[in-house]
Amino acid sequence: MSPVSPFTTRSATALANERLQRALADVPGGFVAGRARAKAALPEFEALRRTGRDIKDHALAHLDLYLEEFERNATAAGSIVHWASTAAEACDIVLGICRETGARLVTKSKSMVSEEIGLNAKLEAGGLEVVETDLGEYVIQLRGETPSHLIAPVIHLSTADIAEDFLRHHDHLPPDRDTSSPAVLIAEARGILRPKFLAADVGITGANLLVAKTGSAIVVTNEGNADLTLTLPRVHIVVTSIEKVVPTLDDAWALLRLLARSATGQEITAYTTLVTGPRRDGDPDGPEECHVVLVDNGRSELLGSGMREVLRCIRCGACMNHCPVYCSVGGHAYGSIYAGPIGAVLSPALVGVQEAGELAQVSTFCGRCEQVCPVEIPLVGLMRQWREVAFGEPGDGRSKLLLRVWAFLAQRPRLYHAAARMGTAALRAFARGRGTVSRHPLAEAWTRYRDLPTPQGETFQARWARRQREPTP
Amino acid sequence: MTTQSQRPRVGLFVTCLIDILRPSVGFAAVRLLEAAGCDVEVPAAQTCCGQPAYNSGDRDTARALALQTIAAFDGFDYVVAPSGSCAAMLKVHYPRLLADDAEAAARAVSFAERVHELVSFLVDVRKLTALPGTFSGRVAYHDGCSGLRELGIKRQPRELLGRLPGTELVEMAETERCCGFGGLFCVKYPDISNAMVSRKTANIMAAEPELLLAGDLGCLINIAGKLAREGSRVGCRHVAEVLAGETAEPPIAQTSAP
Amino acid sequence: MSRAAILANVRSGLKVEARHESERRASVEARLAQGAHHLVPARGKVGAEERVALFKSFLAAQGTDVIDVAADAEIPAAIAAYLGDRNLPLRVRVGGDPFLASLSWTGELARDTGVARPNDTAGLSRALAGVAETGTLVLASGADNPTTLALLPETHLVVVRRETIVGSYEDAVALISAELGSEALPHALNLVSGASRTGDIGGRIVVGAHGPRRLAVILI
Repeated sequence: MSPVSPFTTRSATALANERLQRALADVPGGFVAGRARAKAALPEFEALRRTGRDIKDHALAHLDLYLEEFERNATAAGSIVHWASTAAEACDIVLGICRETGARLVTKSKSMVSEEIGLNAKLEAGGLEVVETDLGEYVIQLRGETPSHLIAPVIHLSTADIAEDFLRHHDHLPPDRDTSSPAVLIAEARGILRPKFLAADVGITGANLLVAKTGSAIVVTNEGNADLTLTLPRVHIVVTSIEKVVPTLDDAWALLRLLARSATGQEITAYTTLVTGPRRDGDPDGPEECHVVLVDNGRSELLGSGMREVLRCIRCGACMNHCPVYCSVGGHAYGSIYAGPIGAVLSPALVGVQEAGELAQVSTFCGRCEQVCPVEIPLVGLMRQWREVAFGEPGDGRSKLLLRVWAFLAQRPRLYHAAARMGTAALRAFARGRGTVSRHPLAEAWTRYRDLPTPQGETFQARWARRQREPTP
Repeated sequence: MTTQSQRPRVGLFVTCLIDILRPSVGFAAVRLLEAAGCDVEVPAAQTCCGQPAYNSGDRDTARALALQTIAAFDGFDYVVAPSGSCAAMLKVHYPRLLADDAEAAARAVSFAERVHELVSFLVDVRKLTALPGTFSGRVAYHDGCSGLRELGIKRQPRELLGRLPGTELVEMAETERCCGFGGLFCVKYPDISNAMVSRKTANIMAAEPELLLAGDLGCLINIAGKLAREGSRVGCRHVAEVLAGETAEPPIAQTSAP
Repeated sequence: MSRAAILANVRSGLKVEARHESERRASVEARLAQGAHHLVPARGKVGAEERVALFKSFLAAQGTDVIDVAADAEIPAAIAAYLGDRNLPLRVRVGGDPFLASLSWTGELARDTGVARPNDTAGLSRALAGVAETGTLVLASGADNPTTLALLPETHLVVVRRETIVGSYEDAVALISAELGSEALPHALNLVSGASRTGDIGGRIVVGAHGPRRLAVILI
C-alpha cells in the first residue's frame, strides 16, 4: 500500500473544512461569471488570445535581446537594473539596496515573485519591518500563511475569519468595535496601513509587464496600493522575473486587454500604472531612486525544456478559477506558491519534480483551463509531459506494476480479450445478478463513495464474434 | 436505394468499458450506424485506445497501442467510437504521439481523418434524421470533457434527441463541468473525485430527469455509481441506447426488476 | 556576473546559433521601431460624440461621478456644488497645472497648491486624455498634476477635455506624446478607471481601499 501523499493529506483537510468549502463555492464562481460577461462584451476577445500568445512567443524567442533593450532604456530613464540568477541572490540585492538607503520600514504591494524567493523573511531577518499593503496579502501576513490564489490571496477565508484576525492583531483598537462587514474591515485596514505608506523608506512592487522599448514596468491593482507603495517612499524597487518583458507599448496594451477580463471580468483594473524611472528633475513627488531586480530563478532553464509555453503566463488566475479540482480543494492543498493548473506546470519546474511533481497528477485533464487561458498555454499537454517525467522515475511500484501488466495484455489482442472475458465473468459472479456492487476487495477507492456497475454479461467482442458465426435471420 | 458499393465501411472502435461492462451500447451503435446506411465491422485486433498509458506518462506503450490500433483499422472508410474520449485519443492524440516518425505520422494523420465520435458522425457526416429509437420521457445530458473540448461535440446529441418525439431534454446546471472520472484520477484521488461527482449528481437531481445521458461510458459509470449510492432513481444510459431504441437492458448500475 | 550568466542561459535555452544572430537582431529592431499594430477593439473606433458617450457609460459602470460643465469658468463652482452636496469640505489641493491655475478661483471653493498632504480632503488633477474603450483617465506625474493628488485624498476630481477623449490606449499614447512634447515618458503614467476598491474580503467589492473612495470626472 503506497503511502498517502502530502497532496492527499492536505486535500483531505481542505475537503473537510466547511468554511473553506463555502468560500470555494462562491468566489471562483464569481470570477468565472465575470470573465464570461467580459468576453461577451468584447467581440475581439478570442482573437486577442491568439495575439497574446503570439506576443509572448515572440518575446520569449528573443528574450535575451529584449532584456538587453529593457536594461538600456530603463537605465536611460534613470532606473538601476540588477540581475539575479537565484532566489538568494535576489534577496541579497534587495536587502543590500535597503541597507544602503538606511531603510527601516518597507511597504510592499503584491508580487508572486517575491513570495517565490522568500523575500519578506530575508528582509525581516535583516532587521527591517515589512508591511504587505495589498489587503489580502496583509491578512495572510498577519496569519503567517501563504496566498491561496494568484490574484485573490484570501479567497479561502470568510469575512468572519478576517474579523477574528483583525481583532487579535489590531489590539490597540477597542475590542467591542464593529467588525461585521467587509466595508468596516477595509476601513480599519486603511487606517492601519496609511501611516505605513506615509512612513515607508522603501516601497517594493512586482511588475505585471516590462516594456523593453521604454524601459517601463507596468503594475496593476484595484486598491491603488502599488501606486502608494511606489510613489511615497524615497526608493522604489521592482522585483520581477525575466519572462515579463514584452517589446513595445502596443504589446502591453494587447495583454492588458486580456488580463483583468480573464482574472475578474473587469474591463480593466482601477489602477494601471506605467512606471519609467524615478521622479524627474522638477517633479514634486515620486521616488528618488528606482531599482529593477530581474530574477531568473529557473526561467532560463524552462526556455530550453520543451515547456517554454508556460512562460507566456500573465498571472491572471483564470485557469484555477475554472478548474474543478482547484475549486474543490483550494490553493493551499497544492502546497506551492502557484496553485491550480499553472501551478501544476510551473512549480515542478521551479522547485523540482520530487517536491511538486504530484501537482501534475491531480487533474482529470478536463481541459477547461486551456480554454480560458488568455495566452493559450497548452496546460493539459504540459501536465502530461510532467507525468512522463514522473513515469520515468522510481516510485509507486504497485500502480506501475498494474500498468505494466495491463500494457502487456493490451498489446496482445487475443490474450487481452481472453482476460477481458475472464474478468467480466468473475465480476458478474461476484455480483450475483445485481447491476451494481457496493463493495469489492480490489476496488476500495471506487466503492468508498460510489457503487460499482457490474457487467451486463459476456463481453461485446465475444457476443459479436458469436453473432458473426451465426447466420442472420 | 443504396447499393452495397455505396454503403461506407465503418470499423467500430468498441472501447474497453463498453466491451466489458455494457455491450448493449456497442450494439446500439451498430444499429445506429446501419440505420445511417453504413456497413459495420468490428476488427478483433483492437484492444484499448491507450489513454490509460498516455495519461499516466507511459508514452512508449501509448505509441505501441496507437500503431496497433491504426493497423487494426486499416482499410475502413470510417472509424467510429461511441466515446468522446476514445475518439479524441485516436483523432487528436495519435498524430501527436507518432509525430516524430515521418512514415508513422503520415499513417496517423490519414487514420485520424477517418475517425469520428458516434453522434457527431451520425449528424455531421451521415446527416441522419430518422432514428430507430422511440424513447419518450424527460432526459438530461452531461457533456463529457474530451468530446466537448477536443472534438466540439455539443449540439449534435441535442439535435438527435430533439428528433425523438415525446423526449423532453432539460438542461441541468453546469452540463459542461467535469464529473470527476478522469480515468485513473477517480481511484488515485477518490476524495476529490467524490466532491466533483457529488456536485454533478446534485445538478442532475435538481433537474429531475428520468434519465441522465452522455456519450462516454467512463463518465456514466462514475455518475451512475454515485446516483445509486445516493439512492437516486435517475437512470443513466449512453445516449446511443436511447437513440437506437436499445433500452431492454436496465440502466447502468440498476438491476432489472424481478 | 549574474547578468552574463542569465543572458548566456537564455541564449542556450533558446538554442541560439551564431549564424542566426543578425536575423534575430533585425527582427527585434524592426519590432521595436515599427511597433506591432495589434487588433484594437472596434468599440472605440467611433465618432467624437459617441466616444464621449461611451466614455461616460463606462464611468457610470465604475461608479465614477460625472460632472458636465459647459464652460471653463464654471468649473470651480461645479466642484463646489459637488463637494457641498456631499457635505465635504469646500477645499481642493491642486498642482501647478497651467490650465487649472488659469481658472477663476474666487468663489466659495478654497484652493491650495502643491503635492497632496495626508490630511487633504480633495485632490484636483487634469487628465491628459480619456480612453473611451474602458472609461480610463490618463494622468501624468510631474509638477503640473502631482501623482499624490490622485492617491492620498479621499476624493479625487479630474478635469477632462472632451476633445482629449480618444478611442483606444494606443490613441492616448499618441496624444500624450504630442502634449508632453517628446516620446519620453514621465516617471509615471497612471491609467485610472474608477476609485480604489477591493473584493478581497468575502468576495464583495468595497470602494475606498487605500486610495480615493470617490472619483469624479469634470467633463469640459
